[in-house]
Amino acid sequence: MRFKDVFSIIGPSMVGPSSSHTAGAARLGRVARQLLGEAPTRADIVFYGSFADTYRGHGTDLAIVGGLLDWATDDLRIAQSLQHAEAEGMSVSIKAGKAVTAHPNTAKITLGGTTRTVELLGASIGGGNIEVHAVDGFDVKFIAMYPTLCVYHKDRPGMLAEMTAVLSRAGVNIGHMDVDRKGRNGEAMTVFEVDTPISGELLAELGRLQDVSDVRLVDLEAGVGAS
Amino acid sequence: MRFRTLKGLAALCGEQDDTIADVMIADQAAESGRPAIDEFAKMAEYWAVMKEAVRRGLTEDTTSRSGLTGRDAQRVMARVEAGDVALGGEAGRAMAYALAVSEVNASMGRIIATPTAGSCGIIPGVFVSAQERYGWDDAKMTRGLFAAGAIGYVIANNSFVSGAEGGCQAEVGSAIGMAAGALTELRGGTPEQSVHAVGLALKNTLGLICDPVGGLVEIPCIVRNGFGAVTALAASDMALAGVRSVIPSDEVIQVMLEVGTSMPEKHRETAKGGLAQTPTGKKIMKDLYGKKK
Repeated sequence: MRFKDVFSIIGPSMVGPSSSHTAGAARLGRVARQLLGEAPTRADIVFYGSFADTYRGHGTDLAIVGGLLDWATDDLRIAQSLQHAEAEGMSVSIKAGKAVTAHPNTAKITLGGTTRTVELLGASIGGGNIEVHAVDGFDVKFIAMYPTLCVYHKDRPGMLAEMTAVLSRAGVNIGHMDVDRKGRNGEAMTVFEVDTPISGELLAELGRLQDVSDVRLVDLEAGVGAS
Repeated sequence: MRFRTLKGLAALCGEQDDTIADVMIADQAAESGRPAIDEFAKMAEYWAVMKEAVRRGLTEDTTSRSGLTGRDAQRVMARVEAGDVALGGEAGRAMAYALAVSEVNASMGRIIATPTAGSCGIIPGVFVSAQERYGWDDAKMTRGLFAAGAIGYVIANNSFVSGAEGGCQAEVGSAIGMAAGALTELRGGTPEQSVHAVGLALKNTLGLICDPVGGLVEIPCIVRNGFGAVTALAASDMALAGVRSVIPSDEVIQVMLEVGTSMPEKHRETAKGGLAQTPTGKKIMKDLYGKKK
């Protein structure tokens, strides 16, 4: 069954006009914000495909910036998100790109904060649902329906076993995981979609593992998480 | 869920002497693992959002960002209040309320996707006007939304509910079927009558293409929500009078799948056909995007 429950039919609560162009875009922006883990000071957004063609009319730009402000899909301030972003000191650049992408509603979001940066490539696939296709150049897929851990680490034997052992000891069930590396023995990222909220202690424990350089948490139910 | 067809849903109701809403509430709680009362509370919040969207659409400026649409609900409502609509006040109100919610959507207001944002006016249009007319309480209306959701769940899993996949028949058509079936139950119809209402309604939207001008959820989406609310009332009336969908409703859903799948891409939300490619449609698109193309 493609649709699992009554709220995938009645809902989501959202700011119009389009579940793909606004609700999905807001969620993409929010995922990028949570991956950065702090308020962005600079945001470069590139729209592709149908997003590039109709973002002005649909307010896709406003929705994605609403997400960057960590707002939910039905936050009424979305219509004025650009002014809010400016007031909060976030400089925003929006462009239409030409590249061929995996999905017609794709956006690339590059964020700079006071301590770090993040780049996300993702698509809005309908009904407010999204798919992340890449984070910081790592080709990792996740859908942000569940608490999601993005772990930056070195590619070496035993790394996955150590990470899953930490999650296992904490009683956390992994629903889906994805790994990508930039080269053998080089930088890698592992993404875990899990069934239960992740505590700050658990994040810290993962971060203390040898050869883990950073851990970020995306949890759209909980709001900004990782630091 | 314990059902995947409308026939199965009605049979389940019959076995347990339950309404469609009862079955949906129980199955939703089983699926989510949360208590039924929590699921009910979430739906009640959605109901409040729908009522608020009707109110805003009738009283506030709903001019869309493109400037193409807005305030049509208020125009229609003025005629309703003047007692000068051919439909009569009850259907006129359902139509005006549906337009109101769709205009709120087009102007970036808060709505509930039912089942999508493009078709978000129909269920609130039918439900809010029915609540006023019959004096039903919010709990009853919330139960009605579960019934609508059960019908939509069957349609969505056996066919489709998005214009990009199946044309406007999938989007507006599904919403009309959901509203018709749920209203029939709210008015005391049997589960079988509700199911017939769904089939009757869906038959009337088969083949409806998705051809948004400029790719925006405005023209013709908004007026189709207004028309859709009226169709839902008519289907419910026919079903309660004993009119049957001779082609069983589950088979009508399969036909929608067949028709939508065979629709050319240009008639599925791409703005490459239909009203979007009329001389006026093309001119509007050029005015909106011409500078950048």
